[in-house]
Amino acid sequence: MATDDLIQRVRSVVAKNKGIPEDAVSLDSTFADLGMDSLDAVNLLFALEEEFDVSIPDHEARTINSVRGMVNGVETLLQQKSADTGTSG
Amino acid sequence: MHRVAITGLGVICALGKNTKEFWSSLQQGKVGIAPITAIDRSCLRFQNGAEVRDYNPHDYFQPKQADLMDRFAQFAVIAAKEAVKDAGLELTPEICSATAVITGACVGGQSSEDQGFYDIYRANRNRVHPMTIPKTMANAGASLICMELGITGAAFTISTACSSAAHAVGLGYSMVASGAAPVALVGGSEAPFSLGLLKAWEALRVVSPGTCRPFSKDRSGMILGEGGAMLVLEPMESAKARGVRIYGEVAGFGMSSDACHITHPSPDGAAAAMQRALSHAGVAPEQVGYINAHGTGTEVNDSTETAAIRKVFGAHADKLAVSSTKSMHGHTLGAAGALEAAAAVLALRDGILPPTANFTTPDPACNLDVIPNEARKTQVECCLSNSFAFGGLNAALVFKSA
Repeated sequence: MATDDLIQRVRSVVAKNKGIPEDAVSLDSTFADLGMDSLDAVNLLFALEEEFDVSIPDHEARTINSVRGMVNGVETLLQQKSADTGTSG
Repeated sequence: MHRVAITGLGVICALGKNTKEFWSSLQQGKVGIAPITAIDRSCLRFQNGAEVRDYNPHDYFQPKQADLMDRFAQFAVIAAKEAVKDAGLELTPEICSATAVITGACVGGQSSEDQGFYDIYRANRNRVHPMTIPKTMANAGASLICMELGITGAAFTISTACSSAAHAVGLGYSMVASGAAPVALVGGSEAPFSLGLLKAWEALRVVSPGTCRPFSKDRSGMILGEGGAMLVLEPMESAKARGVRIYGEVAGFGMSSDACHITHPSPDGAAAAMQRALSHAGVAPEQVGYINAHGTGTEVNDSTETAAIRKVFGAHADKLAVSSTKSMHGHTLGAAGALEAAAAVLALRDGILPPTANFTTPDPACNLDVIPNEARKTQVECCLSNSFAFGGLNAALVFKSA
């Protein structure tokens, strides 16, 4: 289960990227709810990669269409990253 | 107004270093897509591109001359020289002073610019090569064609992303039709395989990790390509008077702007360009037998283009053949409209329609006859070549058999 801190950071990135208040972004928000088009999604993926220093593969990016999906995806990538570097993260 | 004949073609791309090789590859459904060799691709998410293989500039240019030209400009000059020779055009002082040269280029001399930036930002050098500016400028192709051939007429470059060369062909057509130029040498060239630019394409997440499969259900994006193509246009009556072989006629040209989104295409904008081209040509939709599609192989382009074709052609959309030759020569950006115009014109001349290669599974959202994988013998009366650019700037050309 993702930590509150991780969820908060993802919400914050989404809000900043879309130019909307953080309150408007919930864990259950879908891209459609947020009025995001394909270019918004690409910009958001870039912002998440920058925030968490991870690389999000295209095939995984394509399946994500909600804030929850992003949180889970980032969490998995962070776990892989800490496993790869042998730290506890 | 003059009718406008196409009397010369020149092509260099992943499918061949001249028109003959290009056309032979297209008919065989040969795919020019392979792992990119121009740069170290270890830091790229995608690996494949459509490069001109075994290319040595010194086969075409003196070493000192080649040093002054970025790869994209070399392709422009190579294609232009082939096209002029093919047209049997005698470049008299009179012709040279009135001929127009219009090239399309989307990104210009990226490799030269990238090298300069690398030197400054990465290698901590404090100077870049003095030829960086003249090699990078997008009009280098047009300028070098003029210098090489001694052409002193109107010459300029159009940069409308993936529609650049189609706009160049269309503008040249307009100049010849109106009498503003007795001959126009038109087309485009591109050489986009620099690491900086490839990383930028990667960030946009539209390049396929595999290959280019336009209109297939399992399509996964575009594949970048490089090359150049140039066409010689002249009034039909002077082509006939010279007794030269005529590939076909440029019969109409249509342009539009989506005024909608910087990357997402609009079916209305694409349809408007096609409609205007047909009405300009005085050609009914039912006369069109083949469309060389923009067909990039991205999820959105191919379904949007299908919707646009259905909007323009109605029931006739089920009777015409549509293919994307980008499946073989890749997306050559600023050269695409010219390469694809050449493919369409050759298809018209020989009655052979090039296929959409790498096709696997039909997609209900792209339910057109896309000539899957194998070329088809069909004589058509008219064909269309579509180019739809990022930024929503569209161009469509109509060609008629001579």
